[in-house]
Amino acid sequence: MTWLDVGPLEALPERGARCLRAGELTVAVFRTSTGEVFALRDQCPHRGGPLSQGIVHGTRVTCPLHDWVIDLKTGRATGVDEGATATFAVRVVDGRVLLEVPAELLAKAS
Amino acid sequence: MLVGNGMAGMRAIEELLELAPDLYDITVFGSEPHGNYNRILLSPVLAAEKTVADIMLNTREWYEQNGIMLHAGDEVVRIDRARRKVIAKSGLEVPYDRLILATGSNPIVLPVPGKELDGVVSYRDIADVDRMVDASRHFKHAVVIGGGLLGLEAAYGLQKRGMDVTVVHLLPTLMERQLDGAAGGLLKRSLEQRGLRFLMPAQTAAILGDERVRGVKFADGTEVPADLVVMAVGIRPNVALAKASGIACERGVLVNDTMQTFDPRIYALGECVQHRGSCYGLVAPLFEQARVVANHLAEFGIGRYSGSQTSTKLKVTGIDLFSAGDFTGGADTEELVFQDPARGVYKKVVVKDNKIKGAVLYGDTVDGAWYFQLLRDGTQIGDFRENLLFGQAHVGDSGTAGADAVTGLPDTAEICGCNGVCKGDIVKAITKKNLFTLDEVRAHTKASSSCGSCTGLVEQLLANTLGGDYSEAPAKKPMCPCTIHTHEEVRATVTREKLMSIPDAMRFLEWKTPDGCHKCRPALNFYMLCAWPGEYQDDKQSRFINERAHGNIQRDGTYSVVPRIWGGVTSAKELRAIADVAEKYAVPTVKITGGQRIDLLGVKKEDLPRVWRDLSAAGFVSGHAYGKALRTVKTCVGKEWCRFGTQDSTGLGIKLEQVTWGSWHPHKVKLAVSGCPRNCAEATIKDLGVVCVESGYELHVGGNGGIKIRSTDFLCKVSTEEEVTEYCCAYLQLYREEARYLERTAPWIERVGLTHVRERIVDDAAGRKALYGRFLESQKYSQTDPWAERAAGKQADEYLPLEPAARPELVS
Repeated sequence: MTWLDVGPLEALPERGARCLRAGELTVAVFRTSTGEVFALRDQCPHRGGPLSQGIVHGTRVTCPLHDWVIDLKTGRATGVDEGATATFAVRVVDGRVLLEVPAELLAKAS
Repeated sequence: MLVGNGMAGMRAIEELLELAPDLYDITVFGSEPHGNYNRILLSPVLAAEKTVADIMLNTREWYEQNGIMLHAGDEVVRIDRARRKVIAKSGLEVPYDRLILATGSNPIVLPVPGKELDGVVSYRDIADVDRMVDASRHFKHAVVIGGGLLGLEAAYGLQKRGMDVTVVHLLPTLMERQLDGAAGGLLKRSLEQRGLRFLMPAQTAAILGDERVRGVKFADGTEVPADLVVMAVGIRPNVALAKASGIACERGVLVNDTMQTFDPRIYALGECVQHRGSCYGLVAPLFEQARVVANHLAEFGIGRYSGSQTSTKLKVTGIDLFSAGDFTGGADTEELVFQDPARGVYKKVVVKDNKIKGAVLYGDTVDGAWYFQLLRDGTQIGDFRENLLFGQAHVGDSGTAGADAVTGLPDTAEICGCNGVCKGDIVKAITKKNLFTLDEVRAHTKASSSCGSCTGLVEQLLANTLGGDYSEAPAKKPMCPCTIHTHEEVRATVTREKLMSIPDAMRFLEWKTPDGCHKCRPALNFYMLCAWPGEYQDDKQSRFINERAHGNIQRDGTYSVVPRIWGGVTSAKELRAIADVAEKYAVPTVKITGGQRIDLLGVKKEDLPRVWRDLSAAGFVSGHAYGKALRTVKTCVGKEWCRFGTQDSTGLGIKLEQVTWGSWHPHKVKLAVSGCPRNCAEATIKDLGVVCVESGYELHVGGNGGIKIRSTDFLCKVSTEEEVTEYCCAYLQLYREEARYLERTAPWIERVGLTHVRERIVDDAAGRKALYGRFLESQKYSQTDPWAERAAGKQADEYLPLEPAARPELVS
């Protein structure tokens, strides 16, 4: 595992997300209203919708395709829906957003 | 501490666990030796249509899993309010900080000789059902005293169990609290055909027998044989414990709007309470009461209960019967009656000042939920009165809402076409997962959660499956679970308090969630945008992705691009420019839309700004095909070419589109202009349609060609194009200011009534001009092309992926 610098915190919109492409994989990096940062595979467990495009509220995001609500902390669907998407460790150091990614993906991303 | 392990108390506990799972250590006392079961389903158990296991809501395991201490079969005999503890029959003493009283009600026992004999039972709990089932195995003759809801269900169940049943009723009409004479008569005949016997009016004088009952004697001296007597003459709130503990009671335990008794540490709800003078003997009100109790116990402190309207449905298989509200009427009411004896159908709606006060339906109850909704909302029925009795299907709606009663459908019948959910799936979810409300069914099955056109069917399934006295949806429907306020309350507050940002509005209105959800945020954003044009700072992150990215997201995450084609008129040069864009960006699909435009489908998000740049260069602006906004103005060719055309419909369409484009609305808005009554532009299924005639222009409003086909209502006729523009803009502004977010013009008009729209737009010239003025003012700020701005670099980050630092820094 490697920490990848994906840019300054300001590059992420508050209550929003941006994506990082790594070959087939797209990682959505979210920023909440309180400044917390989370990273998920950009794929809803329901029908694969791009979670990065959803509305972010609290520590949750609503998928734009069919309104599944995904918990940013766990990647799990909330309510009665069942399913989960992969999560990635992410942290902010000196105003930079660092994402933990497997080394093999790193090669594709850079 | 909950005293009373029934539906009401446990509903409150469940709601509380949702809101504040860790706030309390919970103890529950219940006098019955069971978990919590669905009491309204006892009748199907008696009729052998369900088992006791089927109707359990909370099993003993459930209490364990949720860390709740359950004392089932132990009754609380005293509440020591000074020392704040309860004392149980077993001698157990348990302290409390907060207490919920939900002791329910007791069956009334007639004070006649012989009432304590063996074989005389009431009908209230599982033990009663057991006794009746046991009697049906060994004996033949049953007498049920009481021809009300409960009595008839008991009689039907015993008859299904093979007994010979006579129903004794004091009055000449069955279920007289729910039915009028005519419907009661139809019910009696139908039950007689099923083999029940009736003695009525008849007053019970004594129950005969030595040890076990052997007959019933009446006031007129006659006798009938009986091995089992069921007393179902009514219930009375069970206030014994409250009274003994010094809590103020009248008929029931007195509670205020926050469901508190006179001792503020003690809450009460369900059948034991008396609220604003009313005691409810039905299950429906407890859902709302439970929400209020839980809200206060969770220390949110904002819920209020203001009483319930109730409706009734009989749980006897094959008999359709519905009643609600005041159905007897009086001197100042009118009765609308429909009778078809051959089909066994009877409908009566009681109306006062053009509002529904009550309804009785027999034989055809498909529209029960609809009448009940109109009653609770106090809807003016003047505009569709002539069709009222024929049902919702005949009121500007030929969608699925008027389909046959769901009872007749097989389990494999698809109810929700959007999500492919069948009747069997829904019924199974309701019974297996103990669902009670439409929202719960939506969450668990997805039925009715997309387009909503099957909502009526799903509500019927709920009512039929749960049985009768169930009804949901409080009269006041909050905007979303983040708030207790309705759309109307939120809008009014935003305007009155001059709230200019979403966080301000949420703070002022005491939102329950830190930053709302995907339902309330877009609504709030629109309401403020509409209230404060030019002043309100649009919150991009509170818009659905389509409006944030100015394209329509597709199932694969790509976007569609629809440039505006004014009035559907284009040119070779424009078509060439679109063709060039399609080729340059390898657009996979190019499609002609229903709104006379061209859709470029499958554009990658990163490409959007460049696609727009090229389209802008060719003179195109955004078509807003992605927004809750003005979409298209569809036109026919009009008198310039058409031999039938009466006016320049194309030119008028273009003018209307130029005035209205860019406007945001509660939902999408489509206009059309037809050049003659042949109506080739299909103006009569649009939100606003203009039909040109020789002498001027007819304006039609509230049409819809989507989920529910609804043809427009005729608004008025005007004589100049300038008037068309003024009326059209005023109408759109009224819709913007009054409709709920995500409500199309068709349901809005059905809700507020065409009369209201006419009064505001046609009759009130000054009001119309003011609306027109506000629309034009708002347009000053909305007619900037979002595509051109973004092609020039605005919000560039939205369209770009993150770029990792050029050489990845390896950090620990």
